[in-house]
Amino acid sequence: MTGGAPVIEVKDLTRTFGAFVAVDHIGFEVQAGEVFGFLGANGAGKTTAIRMLTGLLVPSAGQARVAGHDVYTGSEAIKRSIGYMSQKFSLYEDLTVRENARLYGGIYGLTDGEIKDRVGAMLTRLNLEAAADTRVSAIPLGWRQKLAFSVALLHRPTIVFLDEPTSGVDPITRRQFWELIYETARAGTTVLVTTHYMDEAEYCDRISIMVAGRIEALGTPSDLKRDFGAPSMDELFLHLARPAAGSARP
Amino acid sequence: MSVAASADAVAPAARASHLVKRFGEATALAGISFTVGAGELFGFIGPDGAGKSTLLRILATLIIPSAGTAEVLGRDVVRQHWDIRARVGYMPGRFSLYPDLAVEENLAFFASVFGTTIAREYDRIAPIYSQLEPFKERRAGALSGGMKQKLALCCALVHRPELLLLDEPTTGVDAVSRREFWELLAQLKASGLTIIVSTPYMDEADRCDRVALIEGGKILATDTPSAIAGSFGRPLLSVKAKDRYRALLVLREFPHLHTVFPFGEVLHYSDERKDAPPDQVAAEVADFLRAKGMEAVEVHPIAAGIEDSFMERLA
Repeated sequence: MTGGAPVIEVKDLTRTFGAFVAVDHIGFEVQAGEVFGFLGANGAGKTTAIRMLTGLLVPSAGQARVAGHDVYTGSEAIKRSIGYMSQKFSLYEDLTVRENARLYGGIYGLTDGEIKDRVGAMLTRLNLEAAADTRVSAIPLGWRQKLAFSVALLHRPTIVFLDEPTSGVDPITRRQFWELIYETARAGTTVLVTTHYMDEAEYCDRISIMVAGRIEALGTPSDLKRDFGAPSMDELFLHLARPAAGSARP
Repeated sequence: MSVAASADAVAPAARASHLVKRFGEATALAGISFTVGAGELFGFIGPDGAGKSTLLRILATLIIPSAGTAEVLGRDVVRQHWDIRARVGYMPGRFSLYPDLAVEENLAFFASVFGTTIAREYDRIAPIYSQLEPFKERRAGALSGGMKQKLALCCALVHRPELLLLDEPTTGVDAVSRREFWELLAQLKASGLTIIVSTPYMDEADRCDRVALIEGGKILATDTPSAIAGSFGRPLLSVKAKDRYRALLVLREFPHLHTVFPFGEVLHYSDERKDAPPDQVAAEVADFLRAKGMEAVEVHPIAAGIEDSFMERLA
């Protein structure tokens, strides 16, 4: 973590859909190089918040700046400054490893020269050179995930958003993936990550926990456990999220 | 006595022998064998692509094996599939209800397919359906993830099956809903139902009577969760230091390292010397970390959990 201006600044950010308040006056800051865990139960408002922060959804009220750009006026600049990866969809299965990397490089406006250099370096780093011309559908899930993550970083974004990146993978691959996250953060890229694995919440520098549209907890994992008197992250999450579960949005 | 009646009297809830399933060149199940006893809550635990869904589809008689045999409630999954279908409830991994039908309409449909009605089966589904009833006129497609999952469970239960097959019911579901779902399963088990459930979440293993760890179409181990955890077989340490990531990298240089993995707020270190006294190993590891300049070092021996054992078998 370094000083200086935060790369994500959020204040009173709100989004309503009709009478429903999906995100209710949330506020937080994320510093450059930080691994920030964005947690919450299903339906708590995480996805709506992330859509606003990635320039895909205009807020109803409040302020947010992402990589120095305002979410109201700079959504296109935000999209160029961030990377995004989700477990559900990131790569085209019918394209080869190299074709996927080239496609995303092109989408993010890299020149042909940049694409060639960076894709080559990426394949070497991931030890995927031998599989470069294999269709993505034919490579193991663990490789696919590392590839999707690296592709999301190809244009050297300031921030990378990871939406449940490790869902469903085996416990060793999950941990290898977190090492990639650490390396990336150490190199200065900010990481905002969502997960349903509470042990992964512990791997974050700081976390926020959303409940019914609001941020109910914000801090380092150890500070939050101490403040709420919870023995584990699992207990903390249940303690915060469970009272709202009964009244959850059906 | 009929064949089916004698099968009911002695048969396990499910049994597979050298079960193989191929899809073209790919082998989804590479010869697996297991037995699930009546009344058990049995978990197949493994990552995506391990073969869990293929296995549950075979048990639900939706696809047939390429080789080997499987019996459900004493009946062969290929020859007696109609007989099995009336007796099992199957909840697929993907939401497979009718999104444009209302909650109540979906349930009424599944009841009618099995020749019954919601009213007749109400007591069986009430503990779950009562949570959905306030929204019974809502379209199923407009429900939250947790509510969809409960509706799917109701639909799988409405014909009073003897065996419930649940394919990854908690995948992508938050920790609160996951816990609630397992509490429901415990209630159903207490009512005498046999339940076979698949999951990628290791922490759910402890909710099962027995589990099979599955990876690459093979079963790595089948036992009670505590027996699997207890089979780890080498010194295991919890390691804490101020800079966790650096501690991980430093530990990789320790000469007797077997594995080191992040585990929540600590690292789990296992030693290649299987019979070394854990306290002695802990002291050596702590000295090593301190000599490398690590601060706030805390190292102590711990008992392995099921995730440690699973990773040991994968590594």
